[in-house]
Amino acid sequence: MKRYSAFAIAREALRFHTGWERAWRSPEPRRRYDVVIVGAGGHGLATAYYLGKNFGITNVAVIEKGWLGGGNTGRNTTIIRSNYLQDPSAAIYEKARSLYETLSQDLNYNVMFSPRGVIMLAQTHHEVRGYQRTAHANALQGVTTEWISPERVKELVPIIRLDGPRYPVMGGLWQARGGTARHDAVAWGYARACSAMGMDIIQKCEVTGVRTEGGKVRGVDTTKGPIDCGKLGIVVAGHSSHLAEMGGFRLPIESVALQALVSEPIKPCMDVVVMANTVHGYMSQSDKGEMVIGGGTDGFNNYTQRGSFHHIEETVRALIETFPMISRLKMLRQWGGIVDMTGDRSPILSKTPVEGVFVNCGWGTGGFKAIPGSGWAMAELMAKGHSPLTADFGLDRFREGRFIDESVAAGVAH
Amino acid sequence: MLTLECPYCGVMADETELTAGGEAHLKRFGPGSSDEDFEAYLFERENPKGVHFERWRHSHGCGKWFHAARNTMTLEVYGTYPAQTSEPPVEIRNKISGIAPGWSWRLFK
Amino acid sequence: MSVRLSTGGRLIDRATEISFSFNGARLKGYAGDTLASALLGSDQMLVGRSFKYHRPRGIVASGAEEPNALVNMGEGARFEPNQRATTTELFAGLSATSQNHWPSLEFDVGALNAKLSRFLPAGFYYKMFIHPRSFWKHVYEPFIRQSAGLGRAPDSEDADSYEHFHLHTDVVVVGGGIAGLLAARAAAVTGAKVLLMEQTAHWGGRAPVDGGLVDGQPVGDYIDALVRELSEMPNVTLRLRCMASGVYDHGYLLGYERVRDHQPGAPGPRHRLWRVRAKQIVTATGAIERPLSFAGNDVPGVMLASAVRDYLVNYAVSAGKRVIVATNNDDGYRTAIALKQAGQEVLRILDARETGGGALMAEARRLGIRIDCGRAIGKVSGGKRVKKVQICAYAGAGGALEEVACDAVAMSGGWSPVVHLWSHCGGKLTWDAEQAYFRPDATRAPTGADGQPYVVPAGSANGVMMLDAICGDAVEAGRAAAKAAGYKLKKAAAIEAEPAPETPIEPVWMMPRDARVQLRMKAWLDYQNDVKVSDVQLAAREGYESVEHTKRYTTLGMATDQGKLSNINGLATLADALGAEIPAVGTTTFRPPYTPISMGAIGGEARGAVFQPLRRTAMHGWHEKNGADWEPVGHWRRPYAFARSGESVHDAVMREVKNTRENVGLLDASTLGKILVKGPDAGKFLDLLYTNMMSSLKPGKCRYGLMCNENGFLVDDGVVARIDDETFLCHTTTGGADRIHAHMEEWLQTEWWDMQVYAANLTEQYAQVAVVGPKARMLLEKLGGMDVSAETFPFMTWQDGTLGGFDVRAYRISFSGELSYEIAVPTAQGLAFWEALVAAGKEFGIMPYGTEALHIMRAEKGFIMIGDETDGTIIPQDLGLNWAISKKKEDFLGKRAQERAHMTDPNRWKLVGLETLDGAVLPDGAYAVAEGVNPNGQRNTQGRVTSTYYSPTLCKGIAMGLVLKGPERMGEVIEFPGTDGTVFKARIVDPVFYDKDGEKQNV
Repeated sequence: MKRYSAFAIAREALRFHTGWERAWRSPEPRRRYDVVIVGAGGHGLATAYYLGKNFGITNVAVIEKGWLGGGNTGRNTTIIRSNYLQDPSAAIYEKARSLYETLSQDLNYNVMFSPRGVIMLAQTHHEVRGYQRTAHANALQGVTTEWISPERVKELVPIIRLDGPRYPVMGGLWQARGGTARHDAVAWGYARACSAMGMDIIQKCEVTGVRTEGGKVRGVDTTKGPIDCGKLGIVVAGHSSHLAEMGGFRLPIESVALQALVSEPIKPCMDVVVMANTVHGYMSQSDKGEMVIGGGTDGFNNYTQRGSFHHIEETVRALIETFPMISRLKMLRQWGGIVDMTGDRSPILSKTPVEGVFVNCGWGTGGFKAIPGSGWAMAELMAKGHSPLTADFGLDRFREGRFIDESVAAGVAH
Repeated sequence: MLTLECPYCGVMADETELTAGGEAHLKRFGPGSSDEDFEAYLFERENPKGVHFERWRHSHGCGKWFHAARNTMTLEVYGTYPAQTSEPPVEIRNKISGIAPGWSWRLFK
Repeated sequence: MSVRLSTGGRLIDRATEISFSFNGARLKGYAGDTLASALLGSDQMLVGRSFKYHRPRGIVASGAEEPNALVNMGEGARFEPNQRATTTELFAGLSATSQNHWPSLEFDVGALNAKLSRFLPAGFYYKMFIHPRSFWKHVYEPFIRQSAGLGRAPDSEDADSYEHFHLHTDVVVVGGGIAGLLAARAAAVTGAKVLLMEQTAHWGGRAPVDGGLVDGQPVGDYIDALVRELSEMPNVTLRLRCMASGVYDHGYLLGYERVRDHQPGAPGPRHRLWRVRAKQIVTATGAIERPLSFAGNDVPGVMLASAVRDYLVNYAVSAGKRVIVATNNDDGYRTAIALKQAGQEVLRILDARETGGGALMAEARRLGIRIDCGRAIGKVSGGKRVKKVQICAYAGAGGALEEVACDAVAMSGGWSPVVHLWSHCGGKLTWDAEQAYFRPDATRAPTGADGQPYVVPAGSANGVMMLDAICGDAVEAGRAAAKAAGYKLKKAAAIEAEPAPETPIEPVWMMPRDARVQLRMKAWLDYQNDVKVSDVQLAAREGYESVEHTKRYTTLGMATDQGKLSNINGLATLADALGAEIPAVGTTTFRPPYTPISMGAIGGEARGAVFQPLRRTAMHGWHEKNGADWEPVGHWRRPYAFARSGESVHDAVMREVKNTRENVGLLDASTLGKILVKGPDAGKFLDLLYTNMMSSLKPGKCRYGLMCNENGFLVDDGVVARIDDETFLCHTTTGGADRIHAHMEEWLQTEWWDMQVYAANLTEQYAQVAVVGPKARMLLEKLGGMDVSAETFPFMTWQDGTLGGFDVRAYRISFSGELSYEIAVPTAQGLAFWEALVAAGKEFGIMPYGTEALHIMRAEKGFIMIGDETDGTIIPQDLGLNWAISKKKEDFLGKRAQERAHMTDPNRWKLVGLETLDGAVLPDGAYAVAEGVNPNGQRNTQGRVTSTYYSPTLCKGIAMGLVLKGPERMGEVIEFPGTDGTVFKARIVDPVFYDKDGEKQNV
């Protein structure tokens, strides 16, 4: 892998950029791999990357039905934070956040991690109490957060209105090292690094079946032929139920649409990420200048990647209350993604009833921020059979009633 | 932006009048059931790409719960019917068979 | 230079001059101008700077597809960034400034980027700025942010209003060109209800500019007659300035009507969002011309040929005095002909086709225009405006054959149907190789609730480009839509239009065909985002092969025009670079809106005071007058405390608690849910809903009950009063009323539908007042009417009667530990009753109290609060409420769940009281630490605070909390670190701090 740098750019510029090599190879699949990961989104690619980096397992294929990074990795609002309430969540999201800090250097690919800070606004007494609880929990979890006053909120977000007639801002939970990253770059950076380790990323290859023998995985059938493997990781977000069915087991998951939108770009006016859970909206300003806005999910199962417009209305209306100036901006584009919601709205990183098959899914509305931590933990689980980071996220928790419920502190968990 | 016909009041209801209520025809497992059955009852939802049966409430209308047979890929609605039944009506099942031969959903075909 | 001609201009009114300003300069235009035509008419060719390289940018198009001419409009509360000059109607006093430059449009420091563009190819930022790590946040990113972003951020609240319209209709026709008008008429004559939307201020679309005859009349006259006819049809609604912004599932369509953009400040809403349910949608959205990709195609003065023609015919503005036309199809000749006829000099038509065109070429030649076939533009030079053009052979690498000085270039790369609306909801496209465009694939239309297609493309949006064919196609589309909407068709007369045969287009994706890299690096695909042919080729080379990868890597088509000009050229370039066919590469996803729509319009009327409904109790106004500090609870507002003048909210709360404990307090409890459950099976039903036994409750009695969900968790609590054998009144929490009523209905309708039970939510039918305190009885006795003595009205009973002349239902229940009556009256009498209590209570020291005093008093008594002690993860057993869980019942909601391993785990945290050693108040939400850390390095914990208050009754901090094996550890001291480094030590105590034996509430 030729390293990226300003020098490399200058060198290539002199020959009109004709010398750049492919960021990742596009090979035909081999007959067998030690590990096959289904799903070349952020989570799948990160899993492969850390299998190689941390455990030396590089005979790996990542199989992708469409184009890599084309699912929820490429259609989320790119927020990164770890100010979660429950210990298992805080552990994996903080692991992810800390890996994001150095990801550009690790991957030699600028993922533009921007620790610009994330505020979760408290707009009811109940929310104030909820976030104060989270602040206490975070302090013990090693997650640096701080409860801040409305005045401090205003300093950080000059465009905010504190005294809205319905939901005045009563303070906020501030995570200074939360922020955003360039979503596509995360997938591309991991893909390039995986490819450089000799892993095969096979795009436009759909898995059509999971082959098992005596309760153990043997391989997968794909549109590019059968591929054998020792271990199989299913990391396909909204399509997890479908893959699980091929493996002969069920997941406690429903797939629904989640929507987002961006405004036209404007000059910088908001340098931090703001989440307003009472009114179900969150907003940040991208480096291009677009206000990136996300909202809630639809309530019904849906695989169309289209949501219902009244949710967009509700989100925009709510944000206008808190940020009146956006009323005169224009929505440039809206889109939807299919998110997989579990029974407790927390992810599943788990062994499955089929030996050698592992599943990583159920990230719901908040998966992007978890990508490096999820990959790190999933790689450990697949390589060693256990990981402290995944221990609480097993499938067995639904039977035991041992839920990881983050809705406790906030209405939505993005 | 779905529209569904409420089988009680006959209104073609806009999605904004309705509240989605998850999978239909669940069999309740209560005290005395096994851990497996209880877990499946609470969490193991059908999540098909295609024909699905689900519950809705005409919450900003007549207030009644009803069922809808709908396709999760095309959003086609095969029919709606009252909630007081443990299985989809034969007419609707036949209609689906005419459109999507070979469909199956839980125990129904 | 661009110039206003002395005659012509079908849309302008020369009698009405309009003065406006651009970058502070006073300029003049005419009524009917767009800002773009007025700017061009004033020779303002430079209008902005591009996003990345800050290259000079001029107007390139004449409509919604314009990528360059974006301006800051207006000022203050009516300021708006990124307004498109081509779709902005000129009005008196319009004030616009150009965007994305510093210090000025003419001299922009950011243009340094352009000089460095060779070092800033697609994706350069992914490869740079990696080291040192901290520089991204502190150095690189701030620089990139500042140089991007286009328009200024608005800085005030919006002065305008917005509204939503709702409409159900049979057919919506989108687009008021010849196709849309004909389709609308064809649908309307069947009787179908039709809504026709046109995004501009004029009917007719391109046809009047391009000319031709329909039924023997000039097409412009034909259109005028058609509009008159439609406007007289009662079943037709016509709307100008109304764009269909998106097609959504099940026939939902959004219209975006710019009601007052051309008359800012006039009364009425600025924008109107049409939320339409249509049985059928006809998309007669026309087509957009494609630029040609040659070096320097972004220099101001290089314009789409169709735009040059539009400005000329509609506004009498010529893009230049000496124009070169470059084309690969016959349509480009129309522009040359129009220019020539308007007296402008057309220096050359460069037709990439070796043999040129047909009839139109002949006509151009007849007019004396020089036509060079097989020729192309090698390069345009000029900087801030076009100065000269190098001409080369199309089939070559760009070797200059000659150089011609000129001041404008009109380019035509062929047309692409506008397929956005067709595609929004899943309509598929097919590649038409003959005509070199994607058009709707009629066999794969978007389908609606009934599984049937509901979008019908018409005219050039359907890939039908010739006038005669357009007319036929549009009528067919209108008829098809009406038929699908359930209307009967009658025979329709065929429309005769003058056919204008044309010679086939030759696809030209790069000009010249084998342009060398230096030219490709200056050949723009996306003008706004600065994506060039070389960038797409680089993306392909680096493996970003999916069209989505290329788009995202290069930012092609991601600007505010969403690639209306660039997408097809870009993907053709990608296909060429990959050696693939264009249809194999495919398009990116079309997403709403078609062009950007205002957030204000999306939000609609619901803003400020009417953002969400506000629920008011009967006494709301009284509270407001008496100093209520409000707390939102759901859509209700409840008084948090009643602060007197000069009193802090905290002091008010302390006073309210003390007064209630010593004298008598009044609480507005109207918001608490009141659900009537009635029927022969009501007792049986409530036994399943509550953890306790309710069927054994005697009429006249009250019982505190707990409700869990099927997952075992406590979701609500409240007092149930049995009214008679078949009737129960269930009180819920304020937030729970609607939710619990819905919960009851769900179980009644979907699981236990055999039960004979009704549930009715009576919450708003009653005003309810808690009269609380040692003097409560005296007060009620003073009002008189019913016997409220301890003997005839004992604790946990209820009675109907009268008090002070009011019909009341009184419950003797207490959430404060004091003697307490909760008294319900019909809502209409709530305020009068409250005022009667206040008046009569004067001598007893009566004071109202708010929710915070309520909280403190219940905490002093160790009563749990849903939402404080519970958070959706708590089961009643955690809270020591086992006494309220029936052991006798076989089943209730949550029972099975509470038998699961984790629910019966002896290590669950359980409710206790907590008292700091020094009397301080524990911080809300604090956790009790345990020894060591867990495998993830997180500090172990053994409990947390759920409620914490300063008790004015006990003069110290009191708290409730959940602690590991808490009830077994009475007296033990545990530590609660604050977030500021302090550590609170607290003793585990009984959660009942006050009147443990309940003597006060039982008196």
